Amino acid sequence: MDIFIQQIINGLVLGSIYALVALGYTMVYGILGLINFAHGEVVMIGALTALTAIGLLVPAGLPGPVVVLGGLLIAIPVCMAVGFAIERIAYRPLRNAPRLAPLITAIGVSIVLQQLAMMGWGRNYHTFPPLLPATPHQLFGAAITDLQMLIVVVAAVLMAALVWLVTRTRLGRAMRATAENPAVARLMGVDVDRVISFTFVLGSALAAVAGVMVAANYSIAHYAMGFMLGLKAFTAAVLGGIGNLGGAMLGGLLLGIIESLGAGYIGDLTGGFLGSNYQDVFAFFVLILVLVFRPSGLMGEKVAERA
Amino acid sequence: MLQVRGLEVHYGGICAVRGVDLDVAAGEKVALIGANGAGKTSALKAIARMLPARGTVRLDGADIADAPPHSLVGQGLALVPEGRGVFARLSVRENLEMGAYVRTDRAAIADDIERVFSLLPRLRERAGQTAGTLSGGEQQMLAIGRALMSRPRLLLLDEPSMGLSPIMVATVFEVIRTVAQEGVTLLLVEQNARLALSLCDRGYVMESGEITLNAPSAELLDNPAVRSAYLGE
Ligand SMILES: Nc1ncnc2c1ncn2[C@@H]1O[C@H](COP(=O)(O)OP(=O)(O)OP(=O)(O)O)[C@@H](O)[C@H]1O
Ligand SMILES: [Mg+2]
Repeated sequence: MDIFIQQIINGLVLGSIYALVALGYTMVYGILGLINFAHGEVVMIGALTALTAIGLLVPAGLPGPVVVLGGLLIAIPVCMAVGFAIERIAYRPLRNAPRLAPLITAIGVSIVLQQLAMMGWGRNYHTFPPLLPATPHQLFGAAITDLQMLIVVVAAVLMAALVWLVTRTRLGRAMRATAENPAVARLMGVDVDRVISFTFVLGSALAAVAGVMVAANYSIAHYAMGFMLGLKAFTAAVLGGIGNLGGAMLGGLLLGIIESLGAGYIGDLTGGFLGSNYQDVFAFFVLILVLVFRPSGLMGEKVAERA
Repeated sequence: MLQVRGLEVHYGGICAVRGVDLDVAAGEKVALIGANGAGKTSALKAIARMLPARGTVRLDGADIADAPPHSLVGQGLALVPEGRGVFARLSVRENLEMGAYVRTDRAAIADDIERVFSLLPRLRERAGQTAGTLSGGEQQMLAIGRALMSRPRLLLLDEPSMGLSPIMVATVFEVIRTVAQEGVTLLLVEQNARLALSLCDRGYVMESGEITLNAPSAELLDNPAVRSAYLGE
């Protein structure tokens, strides 16, 4: 089996998930100039909600994919509601506060959501039942499972739909106008508060899907899973250029591939001193390099613009 | 059409607009002139509910204090903001579409975009370009075109001549004149008092946040105080 190709495939799968989460960070940043650190927690809530729903649906004896779809369809509205509530309760009252206030609040919200999840779902790992076909297929000398293909395809479809929404629809135009100049957008008749709410809800829906993907991919979910995942997706957004949709997608995929390749080769590179469990290191290595050498990211414009 | 009473704007401790009363009748063209920092922009922004302010603003007799700010455009009010405020990353066409954001009559919107393009042909050539790549004068035209897209009955303009070459100023004012002839009511803020008064029927002079004069344009153009302070004589 070709390790290189295999790691690229794994990286694409992982990267698709990062990209979906990174889009949530980047959309909110684009419109409010705020880093919503609680976004990773929304992913976690999506994963655990879906797992709970799946647990309830399994005894009904429906086919596996239908059960997973059912879990997803419950997780999505739950996450949308959570995203909506986060903005309404935690960020909106601070809309005109100094920039540090919403940032600290974001961290607070993240901790609160994590603790609530721990109280609701416990400290244990929840396993994702094997409901989806995991048959490996051969591809360029490497293996890809149905689940992996599904993740990549669904992520691609969702991202295409998002790009269409943002660039081609009236609502998307209002989002872009609001991101650029909310006061003038309001003058044009845009209900800026609603556009901001919508942005959170949309990002949270993507986060729900990403949460189910992570849980299915690793067969596991946990109340603290959102922290690392959120930080990595944030890294992906920064890598691509935060505020830029294309950048979040590119950053997500790149980060997934970098991490995967890194995990695949780190043992060889360090003569076996470091194992693939050090894979998390790469994301932060990338974050540091980007912040030092190209703070505006690969596709971003001047980052100081909104600061 | 527009009736403003006791308008006051404060920025922290600074009082930028102090009890301004102002009326614009339907079909009228009214200028608001004054030196830098007189409070003209603040007054316009307060009228358009872009700033918190005290006092009452009535549009066709209805107090607009409690209406959400984004509903004003639906009531026929449009503002061309100081510094143009075009959406730099949206294309020229998208900017115009934003102007028609609250309208749902798609066919008529397409017609109106054509109408703006025939009024401002330069914009047609640039339709697909992002607005940030336009020259200052072109951006001003776009800001005016965008405001027209809402089919306003009352158009507030904040220094449309700012930063433009004399030729551009003449073009922009020609467009404003055309718009007014089509029946749009105007409230025009201008540094260039001569230009503003030659276009408008009546003018207000604003000094340190207060209205100090309110007279027909011809009278203001003859007023010695106005001549020395604003007409450079
Ligand atoms: N955001 C703000 N914060 C504090 N003070 C402000 C603010 N905006 C305006 N001011 C002050 O309010 C006063 C009026 O400003 P405004 O912009 O309304 O004047 P203007 O008549 O439009 O001037 P110009 O002709 O230069 O555009 C000025 O003294 C200005 O410094
Ligand atoms: Mg001004």
